[in-house]
Amino acid sequence: MVRLLLFSLVLTLSSPALAAETLTIYSGRNEKLVGPLLKKFTEKTGIGVKVRYGETPQLAATLLEEGAKTPADVFFAQDAGALGALAKSGQLEALPKETLDKVDARFRSPQGVWVGTSGRARVVAYNTKKVKANALPKSILGFTDAKWKGRLGWAPTNASFQSFVTALRLLKGDEAATQWLKGIQANAPRVYKNNSAVIEALGRGEIDAGFVNHYYLFSAKKNKADLPVANHFVAAGDPGALVNVAGVAILKGTKNADAAKKLAAYLLDSEAQAYFAQETYEFPLVAGVKMAEGLPALDKVGSPDLDLSKLDDLRGTVKLLQDTGVL
Amino acid sequence: MRRRAPGGLWVAGVAMAALALVPAVYLCVRAAEADAEAWGLLFRDRTWGLLGRTLGLAAAVTGCAALLALPLAWLTTRTDLPGRRLWTVLLCVPLAVPTFVSGYVLLAAFGVGGALEEPLTRWGLPVPPVYGFPGALLALTVSTYPYFFLALRAGLLSQDPAWLEGARSLGLTPARAFFRITVPLLRPAFASGALLVGLYVLSDFGAVALVQYDAFSRAIYVQYEGAYDRSYAALLGLALVSVTVGVLALELWLRGRAGYHRSAKGAARAVAPVSLRGWRVPALLLCGAVVAVGVALPVGVLVYWGVQGLSVESGPMLGPAWNSVSASMMGAVAAVVGALPLAFLAVRYPSRLTVALERVSYAGYALPPIVLALSLVFLGVQAVPFLYGTLVMLVLAYVVRFLPQAVGVVRASLLQLNPHLPEAAASLGQPPSAVLRRVTAPLLRPGLLAGAALVFLTAMKELPATLLLAPIGFETLATRVWGATAEGRFAEAAAPALLLMAVSTLGVGLLVSQEGRSSPG
Repeated sequence: MVRLLLFSLVLTLSSPALAAETLTIYSGRNEKLVGPLLKKFTEKTGIGVKVRYGETPQLAATLLEEGAKTPADVFFAQDAGALGALAKSGQLEALPKETLDKVDARFRSPQGVWVGTSGRARVVAYNTKKVKANALPKSILGFTDAKWKGRLGWAPTNASFQSFVTALRLLKGDEAATQWLKGIQANAPRVYKNNSAVIEALGRGEIDAGFVNHYYLFSAKKNKADLPVANHFVAAGDPGALVNVAGVAILKGTKNADAAKKLAAYLLDSEAQAYFAQETYEFPLVAGVKMAEGLPALDKVGSPDLDLSKLDDLRGTVKLLQDTGVL
Repeated sequence: MRRRAPGGLWVAGVAMAALALVPAVYLCVRAAEADAEAWGLLFRDRTWGLLGRTLGLAAAVTGCAALLALPLAWLTTRTDLPGRRLWTVLLCVPLAVPTFVSGYVLLAAFGVGGALEEPLTRWGLPVPPVYGFPGALLALTVSTYPYFFLALRAGLLSQDPAWLEGARSLGLTPARAFFRITVPLLRPAFASGALLVGLYVLSDFGAVALVQYDAFSRAIYVQYEGAYDRSYAALLGLALVSVTVGVLALELWLRGRAGYHRSAKGAARAVAPVSLRGWRVPALLLCGAVVAVGVALPVGVLVYWGVQGLSVESGPMLGPAWNSVSASMMGAVAAVVGALPLAFLAVRYPSRLTVALERVSYAGYALPPIVLALSLVFLGVQAVPFLYGTLVMLVLAYVVRFLPQAVGVVRASLLQLNPHLPEAAASLGQPPSAVLRRVTAPLLRPGLLAGAALVFLTAMKELPATLLLAPIGFETLATRVWGATAEGRFAEAAAPALLLMAVSTLGVGLLVSQEGRSSPG
C-alpha cells in the first residue's frame, strides 16, 4: 500500500513534458466552456496552457494572497469586479493598445490592465406559464410593487447579483438602492445559492420571476428544452440592463508576457468571439460577430454608462445588503 | 502517577499543533490590516444574531446526530443484526456525499415541485419542510451523524466487556446496564463526535446556503466571494475561532477527568452479542430508513440525472478516481499519524500544556473551508515555495483541515486503553517500538481505522483546498462533480458523483473488514 502511494506521488509530481512555451492560467471560467477554446489556442500558436480552474472570487483571493510570487501568467475571470480588485492591488500588467481597442471603452479597464472578452447581461427570467411578457415592468425598479409579493427569487450571495447592486448604487445612489432592496425584501423573495438554482426554481414553478444573468437559461434549456422559462430584458439604460463582462488580465512579473499577450489577442479574434456567442451564449464584444439565436443586439440591451472596474467597490454594497437584511 | 513525556513525542506534538495553528495565524495577519470601519462592522447586532442562529443550529444538529448514531452504533457492534458489516459501511456513506449534492437532493426530492412532493401528498403523507431551520437541521444531521457513528463504534468495540458483565452479574437488566454502564463509558466518544459535528456545522456553507438558512459562515463567504475583502473576512474568521475556543473549553469542562479504561487484569475480548429476537425487524427498519435518506435518495437522484443525460459525454474517470483515492488515502494516513502524538500526550501525560496542544488541533476546524485553503496558500507561498503547487501541499491541507477528526477518534479510543498493558510489555523487556507495534497499536486499531475512515471519506469530497492547492490539472472526482454542477449541467455530474460514492464505500468497506480482524482478543 505504501509503495502504491509513493508511486502515485512520483507519478503526480513528474508532470508530462510540456510545450516549449507554457502559460499558466487561473480560470474562473468553467473548463467545459473555455477548455475547448484554450485547446484551439494551443493548436494555433503552439503555446501550451496549464489551467487552474476554480471559482472567480476564490481565484482572485488566491492571487491576492500569492502576490508577486504567483505562478500564474494570466487570470481569466468571470466578472469585472474580480479584475478590478487585482488592478487595485497593482498586480496587473498593461495590455497592448491594439488588443484593448478592439473592445468598446465601456467593457475594458480605464487603466488598460484588463479587457472584457464577452458580455453577460442581467435579465429577469420568468415562468412563461405564470406570467405574461407584457405584464413585466420595463425597469428593475418596478419589481418592488406589492403584486410581486411571494413570486420573486434571487441569489444575493452571488457575485453577479452584487455587481448589479453596486451598479445600482453607482447609477442611482445609495438611497435609491436601499429603497429597492427594501422593496424587494417586502415582497419576501426566495433566496437561492446561485443563478442556476433560480432558473431551476422557475422551472419547478416555485417562483414566477427571478433576477439572473441571461445565459443560464440557455444552458438550462440544453438539458430540458421544454423548460417554461424565458428572459425579459428591461429597458435600455436601466440599472437592470447592466452588462458585466468576463475578461482577461496579465499578471505583473510574468516571464511569459509575450505568450500571455497572444492569448489576450486570441480571445478577442473573430474565432474566439464567435465561440463565445455560439457556445456560451454570451455577447461577443468585438463588432461584426454573429450572435446566438434569441438574443437582442448588444447595443439594444443598452447597458447603462458605467466604469465596470468600479464594480470592485463592494464593501459598501455588502454593507448595504446586510443593513437591509438581505444578507 | 505523573511521568515526563519523551522528547520526541513533544517535538511531534508541538509540530502538529503549530501546523494546526496556521489558519489562525493567517487570520491574525490579515485582520491586522483591518481598518476601523471593518471593526465597526464586526461589532454589530447582526453579527451576534448570526452567531446565535448558528450556535443554535450546531447544538440542535449535534443532539439529533447523537440520538440517531447511538442506536445505530450499538446495533452494528453489539447485536446479532443481520448484515452488520454491510450496514456499517452503508451508514458511513453519507459522509462521502458532497454537500452540494446532498443539498440539491433534498430540494429536488422535497422542495416545491420536487420529485417526492406529489406522491407523498397523494398518499396523505407530510412533506418534510426543507427550507430554513428544519431543512438545515435535516440536511446537516443526515450528513454528520456518521461522525458520531464511527466514534461510538470505535468506543463500543474497544470497551472492555468486563464492565458490562459485572453490571449484569450484579442483577442489572440489559437495558439498565446499557444506560448505566455502556453509555457513560462512551463519554469520550460522545465528546469527540460532538466536537466534530458541532464545529462542522459552524463551518458549513453549502447546506445552509441551499436551504436558505442564514448562518455565520455565510457572512464570511460573502466577504470573499463578493467583496474581495480579506481583512473584514479575517475578523469574522477570528470571531469563529474564538467561538471554537469557547466550545473546546466547555467540552473540556464537561468532560471531567474520569478514567475510562478498566484497571483489572485479564485479557480484553469481545462482548457476547445481544440477540435482537423480535426487535430485529424494527432494528432493520431503522437502519433501512437512515440508509434510504442518506444513501438511496442521493443515489436515486444521481441516477435520475444520469439517465436524463445518457448521451452526455462525461469523459474518462479513471484518472480522477485514482487521484481522489490516492490523495485522500495519503491525507488519511498522514492525519492519523499526526494525531497520534497529540492524543498520546493529552491522554498519557495529561497536563495543562499537553491538553492545550491537543485542543489547538481543533483551532481551524470551525472555519469555512475556503479560509483554510487560503491560509495554506499563504503558508505555501511565504514559507515553503518549493512545495507550493505540488501534491505535498494538498496532503498538508487535508491534514490541517481534518486533523481534529483523527485526533478526536484516536484520543477517545486511547482513553479506553489500559496503560498497564503496554507498561507490562515494557517491563517484560520489550523495546518501546515493539510495545507500540505488538501491544498498543493492535489495541488502538479500531480507533486508528475509524479515524482514517473519517478523514478518507471527508477528503474524498473536499473542494476548496483541492481546487486551489492541488497540482494544476490534478482532477479529482469531487472537482469533476463541481465542474459540472457549477454551470448547472447536472446530467454530467451524475457519473462522477456516483463513482465518488462507490469508491468511498469500497474504501470504508476495506477499513471495516480490517476492523473485524482486530476486535479485542
